[in-house]
Amino acid sequence: MHELAVTESVLDIALRHAGQANASRVTDIYLVIGRFSSIVDDSVQFYWDMIAENTICQHATLHFKRVPSRMKCLVCEKEFEVQQSLDPCPYCGSFHLNIIGGEEFYVESIIVEK
Amino acid sequence: MSPTTRIPVVEKIFDANDQVAQQNRSLFDLHHTFAINVMASPGAGKTTFILKTLEGLSSKYRMAVIEGDTAPVTIDSDKVSAMGIPVVQINTGGDCHLDAVMLHAGLQSLPLQDVDIVLIENVGNLICPAAFKLGSHLNLLIASIPEGDDKPYKYPNMYRGLDVLVVNKMDLLPYVDFNMAYFQQGVEILNPGLRTFPVSAKTGEGMQAWYNWLDEVVQKHRQK
Repeated sequence: MHELAVTESVLDIALRHAGQANASRVTDIYLVIGRFSSIVDDSVQFYWDMIAENTICQHATLHFKRVPSRMKCLVCEKEFEVQQSLDPCPYCGSFHLNIIGGEEFYVESIIVEK
Repeated sequence: MSPTTRIPVVEKIFDANDQVAQQNRSLFDLHHTFAINVMASPGAGKTTFILKTLEGLSSKYRMAVIEGDTAPVTIDSDKVSAMGIPVVQINTGGDCHLDAVMLHAGLQSLPLQDVDIVLIENVGNLICPAAFKLGSHLNLLIASIPEGDDKPYKYPNMYRGLDVLVVNKMDLLPYVDFNMAYFQQGVEILNPGLRTFPVSAKTGEGMQAWYNWLDEVVQKHRQK
């Protein structure tokens, strides 16, 4: 979808934290992405190689950690993992579910050289 | 090789947008302006629906429109202007959605102190606008009959974040294979109890119920 805007945001966050730590280079960036976030890893990587050029993030490796989608059933109150967002509760068959995990999308940490 | 250090960050990638969205909300609230984010796929009838809503409510409320488009065209905003309604055009420069920063810039050109309700016409798209909060009070989706009944199943993130749903072009129902029960089942799974208005913005069918509901919501919001 809007991977360019998203990748720019990742770069901003990484540069800001690296700057605060007086780092000379960023070597790795760890991203956490929920399964429900419609973000395509390859597309982020593609933009990353372009926009990180000539910054201290150039050649930094992006690590994508995918978080499974978790739901809580509003009827039987059980929690479970789902593959697709429209699957029913495996315990009681209800479709009335709350998302409790899988929408995460954040920069977890970065590794820098001083 | 230089020694490396891990720096914990834990910063949401949409944080920057969400913070500006919060500023937009504060700006709306400061001026007692009620803001509606109008989303839909291209061709669902956003502009027709907005023009009809202006007709229906502009005798009671001071209305304004913000038009988001990916190309520098003023086709939509010209129609609003012709009604004597203040309109601001935001060209996203090819981007697939409005974001909070673009809206914030656009709001500078709108005299919010003279506006009771602002309709923000987002870019026609069912994916990207769902991810970028604007700071609106109401997230509205216009679905339309010719798009097909499977859209909730295909665009779950959009349906999940809605406050209200309009199903437009009801006048075309006899001519299109659209299973209303199947459509509604998908909506119910993703957003239980979502307020839904079947309408035809063209014929005016069902629009009065929407005006009444919005009127009530705006009144309630003002009492807060």
